[in-house]
Amino acid sequence: MEKPIQEEKRVFMTGNEVVAWGALAAQADIMYGYPITPQNEIMHYWTRLAPKYGKSFLQTEDELSAGFATIGGVLAGKRSFSATAGPGNTLFQEPISMAEMMRIPMVVAIQQRGGPSTATVIYSQQEVNMTTYGGNGEGLRIVYSTATHQELFDYMIKAFNNAWKYRFPAFILGDGYQAKMREPLIMYNPEEKGIEMVKPDVSLGKEGVPGKDRDPVYLRNAYSMEEELFEVLMPMIEEYNKVSPEIEEHFSLSCEDADLIIVSHGIVSRAAMAAEEELRKEGIKVGLFRPITLRPFPEGAIREICKSTPNILIVESANGQLARLVKEALFGLPINMQAIFKPGVGITSEEIIKFIKSKKTEEIIAK
Amino acid sequence: MSTTAMPKSWNINTKPHKFCPGCGHGHILRALGEAIDDMDIQDRTVFGCDIGCSLLAWDFFNIDSIQTHHGRTTPVMVGIVRANPSLIGIAYMGDGGGYAIGAQHLVNSANRNDKILVVLVNNTNYGMTGGQMAPTTLPGQVTETTPYGRDALETGTPTQGPELVAAITGENAYVARGTVSNLRQLKKYFKKALENVQEGNGFSFVEVLATCPTNWRTNAKDTWKFLEENMASYFKVGEYKVPPTKREG
Repeated sequence: MEKPIQEEKRVFMTGNEVVAWGALAAQADIMYGYPITPQNEIMHYWTRLAPKYGKSFLQTEDELSAGFATIGGVLAGKRSFSATAGPGNTLFQEPISMAEMMRIPMVVAIQQRGGPSTATVIYSQQEVNMTTYGGNGEGLRIVYSTATHQELFDYMIKAFNNAWKYRFPAFILGDGYQAKMREPLIMYNPEEKGIEMVKPDVSLGKEGVPGKDRDPVYLRNAYSMEEELFEVLMPMIEEYNKVSPEIEEHFSLSCEDADLIIVSHGIVSRAAMAAEEELRKEGIKVGLFRPITLRPFPEGAIREICKSTPNILIVESANGQLARLVKEALFGLPINMQAIFKPGVGITSEEIIKFIKSKKTEEIIAK
Repeated sequence: MSTTAMPKSWNINTKPHKFCPGCGHGHILRALGEAIDDMDIQDRTVFGCDIGCSLLAWDFFNIDSIQTHHGRTTPVMVGIVRANPSLIGIAYMGDGGGYAIGAQHLVNSANRNDKILVVLVNNTNYGMTGGQMAPTTLPGQVTETTPYGRDALETGTPTQGPELVAAITGENAYVARGTVSNLRQLKKYFKKALENVQEGNGFSFVEVLATCPTNWRTNAKDTWKFLEENMASYFKVGEYKVPPTKREG
């Protein structure tokens, strides 16, 4: 069967289309989905592309089913994924907690919409808490917050690879703007770029007769005793902490001589980058820090930067969900923190520039 | 049906099993194990169990098995067989798992004609959590959440599962209600249901009437009486839908 992407190809498309192509490039086998705006077109493109490349799709009855069926696909040894948003992400927390507990490498693309509740179908960064630490658990997850269509493509591939390599559920955290807008990117076949695709393995339905040729596989998430759970959970937490430095990613710009660091993630970091450029032209020394992985959070990197520049401005389309992660990472350091929180609303570079200029120097830059 | 030896598909090392004395689960899993043996499908079967007493079967068989969440065994098995259609998926659950918290999964899986077998154990209560009212609790039955008896005007009447499933599945589904009081018949139902899945024909659903003396607070005689008189008068045992290829005569 023909490969979906033969060679590097420059394209211009919506983010949802990119996610579908990214999944194809990552050699995903099956998608389980349920309609919710603004991620619908991921399914629309996948259902059109899938039969051409021997891939499968199932539309489930809700997001609980989509999540648990995705887990089933993984257990059968297939690269399986889903996509959701907002209230759908809320329902997804139940299967995700099972994936955390049972080390199931499910991949889910999340296109954030306004919250709480039904709110808007448009845009937000309000699913940070839920995607990093939702469910009844310890947040043993990999969460990539993308900022461009190129990243949507790149990190779909990386999400599958790191999910299967480390066996933690992995997420692409986009948003409605990224989902719906068009921009150029380069698509490629990862193997031709020297990216080795991590091979999925079968958990249930292995070769041979269980009890005769091999032991049966018993997978469970329920334990009888506190100590029994502790013995299962602690090695997982230790392993997560151990591999975190390998997974953590961030982007920083002009932090070395900066008086103020703008901290933002996802698409807002593009407004922050434009603001940085403008302010620098005017001689205002601003730097940028952008966590790419929100879980595990690049704690070491941001602490290092904030040791020399303790002034930060957190900018996000939520009421402090990124700020919570940042504050935890910077615990113990003397930090002067300012914030622009616009829950469920987009943020422009002009707003950031205006905010910084409206402050007295001593307010924003503590020495 | 053999009377002493354990089915080949049982894992002898995890026996005696974990169910209460007098519980129906062991009998049901025996009939299921014997059906699997007769069909020689141990190597292709994947067993999923729900939350509630059914989870105690997580290491029951010499079959790859997974214990899932309450009500979510159906979508997990659906996900498995959609990704690998050569496997025979069995979703094993209680009446709370199938008719309450997981009802939307059961209804939609049946409607999609997913090639899986759902086995639902009806013992008229939530056993694991201490005997609360289930969708199948009989009118007037005393449970921990209906201490004065289930009032049908307040809380409805027992869910008629096979009737519901039969009404929404396609032609090729197999739907039956068996009972632990007739294991020969139950095994026959399981075989037909599994064959229907194995042949890629359609969705299969077997509800089984089962005993729960622990939560019914009944002795042996009254346990049997409740099953054979109270339950059997409300829940009719038999086949509700048989695919054309499986019809006899």
